[in-house]
Amino acid sequence: MAADKLSTRHLLGIKDINLNDIELIFETADNFKEVINRPIKKVPSLRDITIANIFFENSTRTKLSFELAEKRLSADVVNFAASSSSVSKGETLIDTVNNILAMKVDMVVMRHPYAGAGQFLSRHINAQIVNAGDGAHEHPTQALLDAFSIREKLGDVAGKKVVIVGDILHSRVAISNILCLQKLGAEVMVCGPTTLIPKHIGALGVKVEHDLIKALNWCDVANMLRIQLERMDIKYFPTGREYSMMYGLNKQILDNLNKEIVVMHPGPINRGVEITSDVADSKQSIILNQVENGVAVRMAVLYLLASQNDK
Amino acid sequence: MCNPSAMQKRTLLSGQKLQITIKRLCHQLIENHIDFNNTVLIGIQPRGTFFADRVHQELSDILKTDTIKKGHLDITFFRDDFRRKDGLVTASSNTIDFIIEGKQVILIDDVLWTGRTIRAAMDALLAYGRPESVELMALIDRRFSRHLPIEANYIGLQVDSVDSQKVKVSWKENEGEDKVILLTDKQ
Repeated sequence: MAADKLSTRHLLGIKDINLNDIELIFETADNFKEVINRPIKKVPSLRDITIANIFFENSTRTKLSFELAEKRLSADVVNFAASSSSVSKGETLIDTVNNILAMKVDMVVMRHPYAGAGQFLSRHINAQIVNAGDGAHEHPTQALLDAFSIREKLGDVAGKKVVIVGDILHSRVAISNILCLQKLGAEVMVCGPTTLIPKHIGALGVKVEHDLIKALNWCDVANMLRIQLERMDIKYFPTGREYSMMYGLNKQILDNLNKEIVVMHPGPINRGVEITSDVADSKQSIILNQVENGVAVRMAVLYLLASQNDK
Repeated sequence: MCNPSAMQKRTLLSGQKLQITIKRLCHQLIENHIDFNNTVLIGIQPRGTFFADRVHQELSDILKTDTIKKGHLDITFFRDDFRRKDGLVTASSNTIDFIIEGKQVILIDDVLWTGRTIRAAMDALLAYGRPESVELMALIDRRFSRHLPIEANYIGLQVDSVDSQKVKVSWKENEGEDKVILLTDKQ
């Protein structure tokens, strides 16, 4: 059984938390998963807490998932999207957030296009910060829910082989996943075209493979990532069609493997590019389980952080 | 946190006497619920579940049936002291695989003290539907110490105690012995 409190006041990245924290989050998420499958899916734990969801970048799943998690814990929620705010009038990050905090907000869930934005904020304001994605740096709750989904599907994460396929270079999901899976004792491989694999990724202790079939035959779980065109300022591969032929996962490839693997995707899916529809909707895919688990894991994170708010 | 070794112990119930108390409580339940057709037993996690399991076993033996429904209810997320006391109370599991709607519910806990646990349990219970009625059974009732207007319908033993004292209920299943002791600080 894990220790009974988190070692950190904020959740900025998987890098800052330890194995005990992850296990405590998972054990708590197990309870919340049961809660969200009840007829009445709400508990009153955070009824005296106000949480601001501050999104400087677009998001569907993460924002909805956090908002649902907050509401199921009975927190008061305020939403803020940079595109419709005074940020476009030239306000700085600290000013924006301080103004929101002046309205007595206890916790901030933030997504930002720049790496380290959460870290920066945590040094300058009093509220607790949950990083919902900062640039190409970290996306801790996604990594936690991915590992939680693997644990649910395969019983354990330790000893499992996980390959992350696609745009590793621009992916915060990849970095957080690598750190989280390694802390839990899994072996991690990254797979993609040379241009989309960071040069020194080996320093993180991951295997690198450029042949998709070899990678898939090695792994127990394949996490397929999207090509992040919005972060690409130059051409990293000739055409989308060629990428899809080399690194796209289709039913034929899946059926010809020497074992049955689990297929994951953090969303949003570009059907027909990194993954075909028949794979995304197949029995081996746990994509929708990931979404359901996302709410439970985020409830656990918010609940555990809130429990230490007064110290 | 009190240190049990630095405390004076007085046994309130043990062995056969505890067994007789449980039997008596079961007969009181049968008097009101006859065949338990529409009645369910709910033990409150973590420690009320041992008592609930024992009551369920005894009722099943007396009535020679295996159809009495029993569940375990966790109240962690419904507590009113979240963020108001040190440390985190780790949640336990809920195992209620039947519908509470329209049922007569017997909430079962080992010690009734301030009544706050029972308040939380009643809230937690409503997430599973609207019961027809809710009754409370407590093995030990620490009377005159209530913070809320809550009383038990079925009581094993009433105890007069002060706040600094502690009542500890042990069960064969987890501590090797059936025993209820009252701990008093030696100072």
